[in-house]
Amino acid sequence: MSLPAVLIVVAALFCVGLYGALSQQVVVMVMMGLELMLNAVILAVAAVLWFLAPQIDGAVLLLVVLAAMTVEMAMGFAVATVLHRSRQSDMTDMAADLAG
Amino acid sequence: MGVLSTVAFWVLAGVAVVFGALVFRVDSMARATYCLAASFVAVAVVLVLFRQDYLGVVTALMMIMEMAIMAVYMVMFMGMNPALMPMSMVHGRRTALGLSVGLFVVLTVGVLLVPWPSRRGTPIADVTRALGESIMGPKMLVMLTVSPVLFATIVAALVLAMPRGRYDRLGDDLRRRPPTDPQRGGVGR
Amino acid sequence: MTGGVTPLSAGWAPVVALVLLAGAVVAAALDAALDSVPAGRADRARPGRRRTVTAAVARLLRQRRRVPVAADVLLWRIGVAALPVAALLMAAVLPLGRWTLVDWPVGVVWFNAVDVAVWAAVWLAGWGPNSAHALIGGYRFLAQALAYELPLMFALTAPAVAAGTLRIGGVVQAQQSLWFVVWMPVAFLAFCLGVAGFSVFGPLSAPAGSDIAGGVLAEASGVDRLIVLAGRYLLLTAGSGFAAALFLGGGAGPLLPAWAWMALKTLAVLSALVVLRRRLPVLRPDRFMEVGWLVLVPVTLLQLLVVSVVVVAR
Repeated sequence: MSLPAVLIVVAALFCVGLYGALSQQVVVMVMMGLELMLNAVILAVAAVLWFLAPQIDGAVLLLVVLAAMTVEMAMGFAVATVLHRSRQSDMTDMAADLAG
Repeated sequence: MGVLSTVAFWVLAGVAVVFGALVFRVDSMARATYCLAASFVAVAVVLVLFRQDYLGVVTALMMIMEMAIMAVYMVMFMGMNPALMPMSMVHGRRTALGLSVGLFVVLTVGVLLVPWPSRRGTPIADVTRALGESIMGPKMLVMLTVSPVLFATIVAALVLAMPRGRYDRLGDDLRRRPPTDPQRGGVGR
Repeated sequence: MTGGVTPLSAGWAPVVALVLLAGAVVAAALDAALDSVPAGRADRARPGRRRTVTAAVARLLRQRRRVPVAADVLLWRIGVAALPVAALLMAAVLPLGRWTLVDWPVGVVWFNAVDVAVWAAVWLAGWGPNSAHALIGGYRFLAQALAYELPLMFALTAPAVAAGTLRIGGVVQAQQSLWFVVWMPVAFLAFCLGVAGFSVFGPLSAPAGSDIAGGVLAEASGVDRLIVLAGRYLLLTAGSGFAAALFLGGGAGPLLPAWAWMALKTLAVLSALVVLRRRLPVLRPDRFMEVGWLVLVPVTLLQLLVVSVVVVAR
């Protein structure tokens, strides 16, 4: 196991997440795609931390990524709730008011 | 790293990617959610392999909790039951697939071409303690930023998600006692 | 710095599992014995009608498994099996006297992560059978869990802060002079409530309540039911063990060896929980939710503040 090997796994995870975030219509499923991308970011930070620079700065960055995931989840659930209440729908296509 | 941890890594990496892909393939909301949880737990164990014990366990803790709640939201909001009535809930599938595969190729080529430097310094003996001392010391600004952001998130998410305000509960002159709540709470507010 | 405990080799894992199982059987036997004693007539309990653990186990082993129509059997089995597995994973980091299976530096966080895994297990056990009552039980558990989990987390933080380590062995060693329960009683009570919560036991047993035909237990029969019931007692035993280790000084005590004290304290907490089950009403999840957030969270936070101030001043 080496850094490039781990980073290729990271790329695979990230791209699966990207596919989900782009292709899913339901807000909660889009969130799952975003989560998967952040999952890849966690793995990438941990790998760089272990293979290149085993200093504490990277661990702090991991903590920030975890906090970002928390924020993403909380706001995502709140927006899904609002969307469902106001439009009786949870599809991203129904919320495309600002699309040109 | 020994042979054992290399094997463990590849098994876990496979679990993480396969279950991550299954999230968008399975027909059941509960299965999709818990596939994602499995993917997260696999990454959390890899974190422990990389000697980030604390962050690995915390990731597993957070993500299982989050997915347990996520499953409820899936069932609540997913407008249809894919198990009873399989239908496609995707849009722009070809574009998304093309973009993802393209990005994967670009990233892989990049990973393989970059001349990665060798490791600088030695791993810290007690990462958990070092992390705690770091965010309470030199990296305190991170903590000071993260905590108000999290607090603001709590407030903002509640404001967005709450359908009723105090005028709905207590009446126009805020004098109604007891307040009208869909569910009475336990402390008699 | 191993905190006075010796890690055992992996070969001892079955022994630890058997010890945990023994504790669970004692709890179940006590529960059954108290059940068969009619109130106020303890001396005249008829032995012929006593419900024993052996009889219940034998009956469930013989019973046929029923599977409802369109059940998600895979998820159901995972949820059911995860309960005893979670109890074993907790017990893995618990110091049993002078020995422990894994002396992990993040033992306290590990315990917390495993008790969160119980959320998933109970919800899956409710979702799997494709039955309304079971699903309501699963939802009730999540609602309750949201109310008891934060107080439980803060209650877990208090001994860790006082001991200055997340290693369970270190927390036990920090109590050589004074048990933590003496100066953090609120955290101890919140912890015991959390133990009852993740074991779906006593006042927090609404997810398996009789008003919804047994909730998450509604469709479980035969071996499945046995595993869920055993899993609850195993979780209760593991939780009592942690209460003994984190708040009651672990193996510290005069005369007897450390493992005996640990066993005694665990059994004491376990018996107290089983006996109290009959004294306390089952809480309604919707009422308990508000109590959890408006009373338990602030109270445990204050407890944590007191502990932190004491630690800094000491």
